[in-house]
Amino acid sequence: MRSRDLVAVVLLVAALAFFVWSARAQTPAASVDEQDLHEIAARLRCVVCQNLSVADSPSEMATQMRGVIRERLAAGDRPEQVVQYFVDKYGEWILLSPRRQGFTLLVWVVPAVAALGGVVLAGWLIVRWSRRREPRPSPPGPAVDPAMSERIRREMESS
Amino acid sequence: MKRWLVWLIPLAAVPVLALLAYGFRVNPRDVPSPLVGRPAPAFRLEAYDGPPVALEALRGKVVVVNFWASWCYPACYEEAPALERGWGAYRDRDVVVVGVDIQDKREAGRKFIKDFRLSFPNAPDPAGKVSIDYGVYGVPETFFIDRAGRIRAKHVGAVTDEVFRARVEPLVAEK
Repeated sequence: MRSRDLVAVVLLVAALAFFVWSARAQTPAASVDEQDLHEIAARLRCVVCQNLSVADSPSEMATQMRGVIRERLAAGDRPEQVVQYFVDKYGEWILLSPRRQGFTLLVWVVPAVAALGGVVLAGWLIVRWSRRREPRPSPPGPAVDPAMSERIRREMESS
Repeated sequence: MKRWLVWLIPLAAVPVLALLAYGFRVNPRDVPSPLVGRPAPAFRLEAYDGPPVALEALRGKVVVVNFWASWCYPACYEEAPALERGWGAYRDRDVVVVGVDIQDKREAGRKFIKDFRLSFPNAPDPAGKVSIDYGVYGVPETFFIDRAGRIRAKHVGAVTDEVFRARVEPLVAEK
């Protein structure tokens, strides 16, 4: 009976897979993932605003850009392709975060390197300065006349 | 600490100041368009008056695509007569001016065309698809397309007679 169970399970899995696959194949355009749409819009600069993303701007331009994003997702574009479409039209300027590759990688790397360098430099200076504060053996002062020191001792005792 | 090391502190400010000095002189609206030198995106729009305007049908001509809006004051109001004059002067030399009215109300757009007596084809871009396809981020912006259908220049701001002539003349001369 076990082999029959196995066949049944295989058939069930195959049927489920086919069902899921056909459902996806039939409706590639019907539903646009709102989360995808929002994430793409949040990565793009609203071109008529000051430092606002397409997701955050109420302007007509941003509304139209969201419309284009929706249309492209509905047509089956992957989010990366939609972003690339806007980069092709507007240049990398449209991306709120510069890409972590090529020349703009510097924007990401330089501040981190500079901060690390600053910490190292500060640590090095602190170590140097704190060493300098250590008491040094004081140089031997001018020799005191034995007669004078004897007199000081006497006056101290007598007082 | 060595004395020369002290100079490092003010010296570190120099590249930052240089970057700021450069950055503040650059016009933030002069973002270079990646479309210059590339084939112009195709479009087909329903004109306010007359037949639909399709870029494909204008292949072989020099096409000036101007993005404008009736609310774009004063730049669009300044350039409208210059565009009309340019169209009048060059239309017999295979030059077509196409106006694309973006983010506008139809009535306001029609009034603008009537007020300036624009005789070149003008069409609204209701969903903004054409303007986004051209990477437009404000009005007015004008694209100069050669006979082969390639974007050769983009002008941001009002087009003057001088700009029109300087951009169109070399493209007309190309065969």
